[in-house]
Order: sequence, then structure tokens, then C-alpha cells
Amino acid sequence: MKYLDEYRDPRAVRACAAAIRSAVRGRWTIMEVCGGQTHAIVKHGLDELLPPQITLIHGPGCPVCVTDAAILDKAHQIAARPEVIFCTFGDMLRVPGTRTDLFQVKAAGADVRVVYSPLEAVEIAALSPGREVVFFAVGFETTAPANAMSVHQARQRGLTNFSLLVSHVLVPPAIDAILRAPGSRVQAFLAAGHVCAIMGTREYEPLASRYKVPIVVTGFEPLDIMQGVLMCVRQLESGRHEVENQYARAVRSEGNRQAQDLISRVFSVQPRHWRGMGSIEASGFGLSDQFRAFDALERFGPLETPGRESGECISGLIMQGLKKPADCPAFGLRCTPETPLGATMVSNEGACSAYYRYRT
Amino acid sequence: MNPPPDFQPACPAPLSGGRVTLAHGGGGRLMHSLVREVFASAFHSSADHDGAVAQVKAGRIATTTDGYVVRPMFFPGGDIGSLAVHGTLNDLAMCGARPLCLSAAFIIEEGTEIEVLRRIARSMAAAAQSGGAAITTGDTKVVERDSGDGVYITTSGVGLCEHDLDIHPRSIREGDLLLLSGDIGRHGIAVMGARENLAFESSLESDSQCLWPAVHSLLEAGIEVHCLRDLTRGGLATALAEFALTAGVEIELEEEAVPVLPAVRAACEFLGLDPLYVANEGRFVAVVPPRQAQAALIALRRTPEAAHAVVAGTVRAHRPGQVSLRTRMGTLRNLPMLSGEQLPRIC
Repeated sequence: MKYLDEYRDPRAVRACAAAIRSAVRGRWTIMEVCGGQTHAIVKHGLDELLPPQITLIHGPGCPVCVTDAAILDKAHQIAARPEVIFCTFGDMLRVPGTRTDLFQVKAAGADVRVVYSPLEAVEIAALSPGREVVFFAVGFETTAPANAMSVHQARQRGLTNFSLLVSHVLVPPAIDAILRAPGSRVQAFLAAGHVCAIMGTREYEPLASRYKVPIVVTGFEPLDIMQGVLMCVRQLESGRHEVENQYARAVRSEGNRQAQDLISRVFSVQPRHWRGMGSIEASGFGLSDQFRAFDALERFGPLETPGRESGECISGLIMQGLKKPADCPAFGLRCTPETPLGATMVSNEGACSAYYRYRT
Repeated sequence: MNPPPDFQPACPAPLSGGRVTLAHGGGGRLMHSLVREVFASAFHSSADHDGAVAQVKAGRIATTTDGYVVRPMFFPGGDIGSLAVHGTLNDLAMCGARPLCLSAAFIIEEGTEIEVLRRIARSMAAAAQSGGAAITTGDTKVVERDSGDGVYITTSGVGLCEHDLDIHPRSIREGDLLLLSGDIGRHGIAVMGARENLAFESSLESDSQCLWPAVHSLLEAGIEVHCLRDLTRGGLATALAEFALTAGVEIELEEEAVPVLPAVRAACEFLGLDPLYVANEGRFVAVVPPRQAQAALIALRRTPEAAHAVVAGTVRAHRPGQVSLRTRMGTLRNLPMLSGEQLPRIC
């Protein structure tokens, strides 16, 4: 397959690993932001190919993981209502809130449907006039355009039985929070290629210069990640701190203007609570005033949402790169993908889940 | 008063078409005509008695049973009927047993078209024939509309072991080689492609087939087969994880050696699936002693069912219960059992 095979070529990956070995002098800690990258690193064992001077730490970039337990509690309550058809991407089914998860809610009789696009949920709403169709809009900037399109279309089609439960999160404020945190060890970032395909690369420039960290926009295949690491190492070794683009086959510096326009019409930037990391100012999207009628929280609220977390979980420290999954006493014992205690174990792309799958 | 026009005690109520009603499950004439005309006639079996008797040589028999709920009932390369027969034939074959006879129990939802049942029955008869077995007995039940989903089938089978081998995970030894009978993931992707809510099309067909001819070829060649396992739900990775756990060995799989069709690979990329976990219905792994691996490969490749068999892995001792994957990058990682269901109702 074009654009995949050449980026999975073992010889090219090994050649890149050799280039990293010959470029590295100091000891460097690099964070990959995106859970898709974490998954690829652990799945292909890429960290084993890196010289010992380089430590990769796994950032908060799995939107499933960082979705606040309080939002999940609200989702479970809304889904359980008899008039509701609750549409979601499949990976949210297993994610536990305070008391339950969507699998359990569905087993108890709720109409929970897995869709592959929010536009499918709009179709369901058009075909089910007597029901309330809610789409669980979770994700980083990457999924925001399609979610924005769904409410845009619902309004154009006059569908009053469609709404979004929004829990969108944004990457740059999370990078900022990680760098501001006391004891931060991150010296360079692999930024998430797909997020930048939508938003462009410019909003990373102030972060690179303020905190003096190289930020390399990186893809998701083994060779992408190795090239991203190489570009970080070369910047670190030469004392540069720039925004560079490894993923040029998908990312332009200005991003996708049409998508950005749609996002800015439908959503507005709001504070958001991140599971495992706490509240971060201006770090999420919510529906703008113009589209508030499509907000499931307005339509079904107020809801009782305890949003309690396990006291034992150290996912916040893991997502800031201060701990590794194996440092947690609950890892693999009281906390597994079947019984996750917190953010980084709940989704396949979470760091703890990836380690549990591929390392234990 | 004249009897109703369908009053024919010897051959009741012809089923020219129409749909199954609750009366077809009532134990009366309608049920008898359903059983005779749709099932017994397709299976060339008798509906005169509640069971069937077969003559066998003295020796060991293998028995197995399996339920089938696949949705949709018809998919590229097969249907719930062929699947229900292949699945049970294959479970017998994995004991190294020559399939002899099968039973089939049908749970049919009210409203199912009789023609659908006919198609399923014909497909089951053809599948049984491919394994040299007969469907000798069966049962039908009808449930109210919305209490089922078309047709559910349970098949059980009896087979004969014509060898002295102990084909079982306990026979797996350190150093054994793992043979894989062909490319993986086709059944799962074909069924997913046939589901109406996936905007996804492909020309892929399920790999559903009877594996007995391939197993027979191994046994005929005098291979000292240690273990066999057909790959079903959970795919290759799950089958190997089960081996490792029950045999208390480590299995190392070579990612590079595992054949995956480009169309399966593309669909997996698109849907976010790992082909190692995607369902199959016509593939198996054979664990054989290393000195016989080449002969076993030749024996497998002689059959159309395993024409593209490969050596895919090795049995090791040092991490009992674990499966390791040697990735294309040359690194080694854990290959765990599937957590939960990758996609429901695939078989």
C-alpha cells in the first residue's frame, strides 16, 4: 500500500536508527504527544532500536484516555434514557466512569450504537424522528471538523432531535501544561501529525520559542517516528528549538483552512478537565453560542455526575513523563485493560494499556 | 364436508414458499413438512426417527459441538449454514478425526422466509459433502418474532481417529515448529464488509472451508502431528495464546512469515484492526517436530485447502504461557490474547 509500505520498511527504519546513533551525543528525553504514536512505538518495539541516551516518554495524546470521568458519567446517564439513541465510536464503550461503562449501560437495555462517523448519527436522527440521537464527540482537533459538520448538517436539515455531547481537547495547551509543570523532564516533542493536518503548525511556534524545545510534527508509521526522533536529536545536539515538519505528506503549515473555518463557526475554545491531568485553561472545544441548541448537556441537564477517580492511579504522572507504567504498584495487578483504574489504561492507545499489551 | 385442500396425511402441507410461522414449531404437520421438505431432503437423511445409528470400526471417536449466530446470514464466500458445518467438521479435523456424521439444531425466528431455510440447508449439505460427512439428525424450534435474529444453528459432530497420535496442546514440545495453512483474516473482513452499516466494500470472500483434506494429507504423510488448532474468533494471536497457556510453553511468531492479502491489510488499516486478531474459518496451525517440518509443509501444500502453507513460528521454553512476536523491525514483543470482542457475531 502506497504511503504505508515505504514507511514500514525495516531496512529504512534500521538505517534511520543508525543515523540517530551517530547523531546523538547527550542524553535526551523526548515526548511523543499522540497515543497513536505511543501504540506504534510499543507495537513495533521502536524504543529498542534507539540508543540508550534517548528516553521516549508517552504523552497525554489519547482523547479516550483523557476524557473526564464526569463527562463519562453524564454520557452513561444520557444513554440510559429510553428516548435516546446514543451513538459513539467503538473505543468509548469500555471506558469506565465512576460507576459503569457504555457496555454495561447497553446490556441493561440502552440503545447504544457504534458508528464510524458522526454523519452516520445524523442519518440515524433523520430516520428516527420520535427519538433523541446523541453523538459522543470525543477527540483532539483531528476529529473536530467531522463533528462540527454533523451539527452543521443537522441544522441545515432542520433536525431538532440531534445533539452532541462534546468533550473535545486541544494539543497545544496540554504541551504548555506539561512544560510548565514543576519537574518537567521533556526536552523535545513529537507533535501529532493528524492534529496538525487540520490545525497547521503555527500555533506550536510560540511554545517552541518560549520553552526552548524542538517540536517536530510527526506521522504514525515506524519510519515517521524514527525520522521525527532523528530531527529532534539533530536540533537538540545543535542547540536549536524550532518547529519542523516530518509529516509533510499530510501537513501544511497553514493546515486545512476550510476545516478550521467550520470548527470556528461551530465550536468555541473553553476550559476542559483532563482525566489524569486536571483542569487546563482554554484546552477544549465546546459548542459555540450559535449552536448551543445542539448541546446534549443543555438538552438533558442537569445530571448527577460524581466523576470520582481511583486514588491509586498515577496516570497524571505518567502522562507528564514523570513515571513509567511499571512504576505503578497497581499496574497489571489491580489495573488491567479489563479493569482499568484510570486514564492511561482505559484505551488501547494509553501508555499503560500499550505496555500491558506488548510488554508484560 | 370436504377436507381442506392440503389434507394429505402422507405428505402434509407443501411448503412452496412463504414464511415460517409459530405453527411450524408446534410439533404438528407443519413442522413435519418443514423438516422433511427443507432439511431432510437436502441432507438426504431420514426424518423418521429421533436419532441416527452409524456403523464404525472399533477405536477412538472425537466429538464436538458449536453454535452459530453470524450476522448477516449470507456473506461473500459462505453463509450461516456452510459455516455451521465447516466449523464442526474443522473441530473434528483438529482432533485428527475423519468426520463421520453431524447433527444440526435450528432456532428459527417467526417470519423467516422458507426459501432462506432452503438455501441454508442446501449449503449445509454441500459443506458436509466436502468433508465426506453426512448430516444424520437434527431439530427445529421456532421462536416469536424479535426473540431471535433469523436463524441460529447448533451443529454437533462425531469423527473417527484412525491413528495413535495424541493431538493435543500437552503434546507440544520445545523446538517444535508451527505451520500456518494460509493467509489470515479473510473471514472477519468479508463478514464486516457485508454488514450494511459499514461504508466499506471489497471483493474479499470468507475463507470458510473444510480442513479435513489438509489434515488427512498430514496424517497420510506419516507426520507426527503434536497439535492442531483452527483459527476462529480472536484469530491467529488468540489461538497461539491458548497453546502457550495450555501447553506451558513460549511461542515465537515471525510477523514477516504470516501471509495477509493486501485487501485484508488495507481493510484492517481502514478499520483499525490487527489481522493477527481477525477471525478466520478455513485456516489452521499445525505443531510438528522440526525434523518433519519440511515433509509436513509439502503434505499441506499438496491440498488446495493449504496450498500456501508456511512455517510461521517456533516453540520455545523460557517464557512459559507467553506468545512473542518477532516484528518486521526485528524487535521482539508480547502478543497477548484479545481483550474482549473485536467484532461481535462473526461466526
